[in-house]
This record gives sequence, structure tokens and C-alpha cells, in this order.
Amino acid sequence: MLERAITGIRGTGHRVVNGVWRLGYASRFFLAVLLHSSMSFRRFHLTIKEIYFSGVLSLIIILVSGLFVGMVLGLQGYETLQKYGSESALGTLVALSLVRELGPVLAALLFASRAGSAITAEIGLMKATEQISAMEMMAVDPIARVVAPRFWAGVISMPLLAAMFSATGVFGGYLIGVVLIGVDEGQFWSQMQAAVDFRQDVMNGVIKSCVFGVAITAIALFEGYDAPPTAEGVSHATTRTVVTSALAVLALDFILTAFMFRGL
Amino acid sequence: MPSENLVEIQELNFTYDVRPVLQGINMHFPRGKVVAIMGLSGCGKTTLLRLIGGQLKPSSGQVQVAGQTIHTLDREGLFRMRRRMGMLFQFGALYTDMSVFDNVAFQMREHTDLPESLIRDLVLLKLEAVGLRGAHNLMPTELSGGMARRVALARAIALDPMLMLYDEPFAGLDTISLGVIGNLIRHLNDALGATSIVVTHDVQESLKIVDYIYFMSEGRVIAEGTPDELRAADTGFVHQFVHGEIDGPMPFHYPGAGYAEDLALDVAHA
Ligand SMILES: Nc1ncnc2c1ncn2[C@@H]1O[C@H](COP(=O)(O)OP(=O)(O)O)[C@@H](O)[C@H]1O
Ligand SMILES: [Mg+2]
Repeated sequence: MLERAITGIRGTGHRVVNGVWRLGYASRFFLAVLLHSSMSFRRFHLTIKEIYFSGVLSLIIILVSGLFVGMVLGLQGYETLQKYGSESALGTLVALSLVRELGPVLAALLFASRAGSAITAEIGLMKATEQISAMEMMAVDPIARVVAPRFWAGVISMPLLAAMFSATGVFGGYLIGVVLIGVDEGQFWSQMQAAVDFRQDVMNGVIKSCVFGVAITAIALFEGYDAPPTAEGVSHATTRTVVTSALAVLALDFILTAFMFRGL
Repeated sequence: MPSENLVEIQELNFTYDVRPVLQGINMHFPRGKVVAIMGLSGCGKTTLLRLIGGQLKPSSGQVQVAGQTIHTLDREGLFRMRRRMGMLFQFGALYTDMSVFDNVAFQMREHTDLPESLIRDLVLLKLEAVGLRGAHNLMPTELSGGMARRVALARAIALDPMLMLYDEPFAGLDTISLGVIGNLIRHLNDALGATSIVVTHDVQESLKIVDYIYFMSEGRVIAEGTPDELRAADTGFVHQFVHGEIDGPMPFHYPGAGYAEDLALDVAHA
């Protein structure tokens, strides 16, 4: 009995120590990426190539999802607003929900599962097949050459993708609200313009998606770099990337929102 | 005055966690020679190569390359040293997101300011040396095992290294590719004026091309000599290894519980 309790306590302690150790290791990794970032900008074509892989190739899923989310907002929003006779506020509702919340958050979740998992799998496999070792033996720092360009590519892509998500979302809301249901077009756009504040709403959304971009790519890169060099290790790491970055995005979203819209 | 040996290993010990992997290794590798390190899988050969390349630090003892002690170099110094080393990894380790051409050009682009036209000539020259100039547009996934190994070899010699490290260059190749790689190792070594260290468990192939051989077992050097000396050995481990006999001082069974006990356990489960 006592023995089992001791084993239990020891196990818990071990896990906690391990977790803290890993967190420290991840922070040092993150710091190393920042310190070795000069090459990503000096040879910007390395970063451009990664923007293509993580950003451009995520475009389709981002645009399609944005359109559908906007159309759903249009339907649901009209349904509720017309009860109070304020269908003309539909544009405001669609735009504010997208720009403040749904755009950054949903685009980030999609980005984590589309690009984050790909980054983890790629880096993990590069390690498993000794490509990272080979690079070190060629006197080329893999953090600077492989990791940092992917990091900056993710950080640059994320806000752009979120913006495109919101834009297609607004268009989707327009399609449903104005074209299909027949809300007055002039009111749809003018109310939206009047209600959406550039600094309060748009900029805050952009800040959010920048933070999400940093979090997702940092997690994805770390998981890949830290993955055990086996097929199983890489597949676990990929799963962890998606789960951890989804949780991180939602938690960060709450914290950022609490700070940003306190006064409203 | 450069010493006669490019690489010297003195009283080298290495331990992963608590398990000793290398114990009291002494080896030297004269300039211009091809030297083989042989031993069964798991005896610490790859670990030894990583120590020479500075990817691991010795627990005690030292590795000297060109007069410099590897584990005391700072990162700059180590990177400067590695630019003069070429390493062929066990499975090639080609960069899978780059074409054959870009793989070979990688180090030239990273470490030199050569114009692209000159890089192109150099890359084709290196690929010609391994007989794969025609394959420069292929991606690594489109290559067979033997071709991938040769491309990796062309990549390793891209900057004309003074020291070549080969990790199991013969593993998993058909007999023809085997001979091709063997001849390339010898030929490139002599053409570059380099020194080569070949880690392998392929006895017959390496006896043909190397100048000197170290035999390792369980982290120690247990025999050494020229190919002729080793072929002449008629007893013990070397004889067993060279002639591929199952019976000998080297046990076939990994130490473990008794066979009968293991079987009885299975019966109980059934
Ligand atoms: N990263 C590691 N951590 C712990 N033990 C290791 C590690 N890498 C190799 N080993 C152990 O060290 C021993 C020597 O490995 P290695 O040098 O790869 O052998 P070889 O190349 O001769 O087959 C093996 O028994 C292996 O289990
Ligand atoms: Mg090995």
C-alpha cells in the first residue's frame, strides 16, 4: 500500500520534472532559432520557398473554409437578427465575428493541421534519415539553414492567411445575406464600414494571428526537431503538434481577447 | 611540419549514459591511406566516426585530426575542421527536398562565393567521377540504393576533403554496386590525396581496397594489421570473421535467459 503510494508520488514527480525539463529545452530551442535568424533574411529566397510550402499550399483549404464559415454566419446571423428587425446589421455581425475571432482562430487551427503537421513530419524525417546530421557534418548549422526559414515563413504566412480567411468569409456572408436572402446591399456594406474599427478590430485580429503563427510554427518545429528518429516517434510528434498547437491557440486567444477588448 | 598521421586516437573512452561503448581505443590513420574499422553491428563503429567528426565528445582520451584535438575546438573551429572532412552516411542521407544536382552543389553554395556557372561545372565533374552525370536532374527518391550512395559520395567530396569518413558504404548493396563503390573509395582517395576511414562489416570487399585494418569487438580493438596479415591469421576471432564461420570465439547468441526457460514461459501462456 505504502509502496504503491510512494511509486505513484515518484512517478508524478518524474513526469513533472520531465515536463519542466522539456519546457526549458523548448525555450532554449526557440531562443536558438531567434539567434540564428539572420540567414532567413539575408538569403530571403530560403524563406520564400517555405512560405510557398506552408502558406501558399494552405490557401485552398483556408479560402474554402472561410467561404463556408462566412455563409453559415450569414444564415445564422440573419435568422437571429430578423427576430429583432435588425437584418441590416448582418454585415456588421459577419465582419466583426470574422475579423476579431473566427478569422484568426479558425485559420490558425487549419494552419496547425495543414502546415504545422507537415513541418513536424518533415523535420522529424530529416532527422531520422540523418539529413540533419549530414548538414552538421558539412559545417552548416541546421537551425539556421532548415529551422529558422520555416519559422519565419510561418510567422509571415499566418496573418496573411487569416486575413484571406476573413475576406472570403465576409464574401460568403454577402452571398447568403444579400444575394440569396435579399438584405439591402447598401446597408450591409455601410453598416459594416461604420461598425468595424481599424485599430480596435482589424489590428487586434492581425496581432492575434501573428502570435498564433509564432506559437504554431515554434511548436511544430520543436516537436519535429525533438522527435525520436523512428517512424513511430515522428508520427507521435506529428499528433502532438496538432493537439498542442490547437490548445495553445485557444488558450492564447482567450488571454489576448481578455486584454484587447476589456474596455468594450 | 605535419605529422605522418592525419588522425590519431589516444586512449579513447566513450559512454552513453552509463553503458561503456568504446574502451581504451588507440588508432592512427596515416595520410594518404585507406584504413578500415571492422566489427559486428553494435560494436561502436558509428560512435567512433561521430567522435572523429566531433558530433560526440569523448568521456576521456582524445581524437586529433591534423594536429588539433577535436573535442577542445569551439564551434567555429569545429566547423572550419568539418569543411575539410567528407562523410558518407550509412543510408546516404541525401536531402530529399533537393535534386541530385542541388545536393552535390549544397556545400559549394553554402561555403563558397563561386559563380553559378562554375558550380555547375564542378558539380557535373563530381557526378562524372561517380558515373552519374546523366542523373543530375533526378530527385533522391528516384534513385536506387547504389545510385543514392554514389550521389552521397559525390556530395561528400564536393569540397575536396582531406579526410573521408565512410559509415557502412557497402551495406545493402548488390555485388556489382559493391565493387563499384569499393573501387570509387580507393580511386577517389588516391585522386584527392585524401585519407579515408571506412567503417564496415563487409570483410571481403574491404580486404581488396584498404591498406590497414582495425578489428573491433565490444568497444575494444582486438586485432589489427594489413590485409595480407589478417588473411594469414588462422585462429581466433580474426579467422572466424574473415572466413565467415559461425563457430568460433565470437558467440552467435546474445546473452539472455536460458532457452528452456523462455520456451516454458510461452507454454504457460498458451
Ligand atoms: N543515442 C544512443 N543512445 C544510447 N545508446 C546508443 C546510442 N547510439 C548507439 N548506442 C549504442 O551504442 C552501441 C554502439 O552503436 P553504434 O556505434 O551505432 O554501433 P555500430 O555502428 O558498430 O553498429 C550500440 O550498442 C548502441 O545500442
Ligand atoms: Mg553503424
